[in-house]
Amino acid sequence: MENTSQRSEWVINLLIKVSGYSSILFVTLILIFLLREGLPALGVTPLSNLFGDRWYPIESYFGILPLLFGSLVVTLGALLIAIPFGIGTSVFISEIAPPWVNSVVKPLIEILAGLPSVVLGFLGIQVAAPLFREAFNLPTGLSAFTGAVLLALIATPTIVSITEDALNTVPPAYRQAALALGATKWQTIWGVTVPAARSGILTAIMLGIGRSIGETMAVMMVTGNAPVLPHGLNALVMPVRTMTATIASEMGEVANGSPHYQVLFFIGIVLFVISLGINIAASWVSLRSKTRAERVLS
Amino acid sequence: MLILFLSSCAPRTAQGEAVPVAASTSIQNKGSDTIVNLALRWAEAYQELHPDVRISVTGGGSGTGIAALIDGTVDIANASRSMKKEEIEAARARGIEPVEHVIARDAIAVIVNPGNPVNQLTLEQISLIYQGKINNWREVGGEDRPIVRLSRETNSGTHVYFLEEVIRLGQKDNKALFSRDTLLLPSSEGIITEVRDNPNAIGYDGLGYVTPEVKVLAVAKTADGPYVLPSVETVNSGAYPISRDLYMYTQKGAGPAVQEYLNWLLSPEAQKIVLELGFVPVQP
Repeated sequence: MENTSQRSEWVINLLIKVSGYSSILFVTLILIFLLREGLPALGVTPLSNLFGDRWYPIESYFGILPLLFGSLVVTLGALLIAIPFGIGTSVFISEIAPPWVNSVVKPLIEILAGLPSVVLGFLGIQVAAPLFREAFNLPTGLSAFTGAVLLALIATPTIVSITEDALNTVPPAYRQAALALGATKWQTIWGVTVPAARSGILTAIMLGIGRSIGETMAVMMVTGNAPVLPHGLNALVMPVRTMTATIASEMGEVANGSPHYQVLFFIGIVLFVISLGINIAASWVSLRSKTRAERVLS
Repeated sequence: MLILFLSSCAPRTAQGEAVPVAASTSIQNKGSDTIVNLALRWAEAYQELHPDVRISVTGGGSGTGIAALIDGTVDIANASRSMKKEEIEAARARGIEPVEHVIARDAIAVIVNPGNPVNQLTLEQISLIYQGKINNWREVGGEDRPIVRLSRETNSGTHVYFLEEVIRLGQKDNKALFSRDTLLLPSSEGIITEVRDNPNAIGYDGLGYVTPEVKVLAVAKTADGPYVLPSVETVNSGAYPISRDLYMYTQKGAGPAVQEYLNWLLSPEAQKIVLELGFVPVQP
């Protein structure tokens, strides 16, 4: 009897360990695969072409700069909308709203998080793009701005849920002390609660960036996919082509091992490096604030 | 759609194998989005006549279909352009000898918003518009509006055809390209939607996809005219300048089921479906 329970414990332990380590294995395998398929692009395609300003693969123009900047412009636009909106929403949920409002708002945000992005893209094409074109008198509504608005909708739930968690972990004593010192509710929120939750909010923003830069379907449907290198601020309302949309729409046509195939994988490496950087920055931010908290407490 | 579903459930038979008559045969058919609706209707009609044959049809673009033929994952590749030299070489390198079949003809309609007063353009004007050298509708007799250029993605046979025959005017040494700010939309429907909604837009699409919500332009080879609207008659007489053959590619030595299917596609019955979908039948 004793023996069986020990054995089953050992099996369970092993299973848990395997599933824990498997994530390391998977990421490593993906990275190896990406590098193996994508790095030859550096040798085959001249660097001046690879980092050129023209993307037109069927004539062997493989300049990834327009795609890189396209992704950055759309992501930046999305963050400009999603950060204030997301933080505002979470402050409202955790500090201001009465419980019955919360019981409506929170499930709705979860639904927003669960919406397939292709559905948002469809709404973007049919509703948002014509609307923005007329409202801002643009040549076309299929632009970085429309993509940014959709991405903001996709990134907001991520930002809201993590920011809200961060606000909830701020000790009630902070708020009570601020209120006792005569601060108004707004002063307490803005001057005490939000700064105290700073590291959690930064993590939320980082993950929001990660969510935006990797999004594919909605962006492909509404940004117009024109590989133009942006010049100046008006790039925000012009059509762009993102890295993810390029991979998604061109992967199906390429022959295995061709220069075009390698360059698409190279773009995959660039995306991988970007999201790796974001994740490292996010964990660095939360680690730093943890050590500081430990310092204060000791 | 039902056919797609059913056929994907049907048991698959290895390619090129001799198949007993009683068992069901499966034909994998993939490629051009221009042809996909036609191929679906054909598959539907053919399966009614031959219940033992299962044909599964998917789109994805001519390049996608040809790549699948080269990889040996489909029996028939649909293409709205002929195979490139490199593609034929890649196929031969894998021991596949592609065979070309012309199964219908298609006119590429140049379309604008119904609110756009422009009714006709020359090939050269269209070429200059898509190269980014004409940027306002005023320059071609329209209103003072910016021109928004729409195109299919680069994996579309229609894209390649339009580049070679319209933008480069069919000249082999012409290296003109699409203007960089040309919007590359993933589907024919996306182009129709944007042209329907946007008075600045110009687009092109296979005649079979054009709906009454957009305006088809009359096109002339030279400025002297005549300006011709695309139709079955003008395509077959050669008067409409932007028309092309639609292809299916198989590999040499394909099974009897594939051969029979391809023979049936050229029958009057199958070619009637071509007409119904807005394409142009192949003249016998």
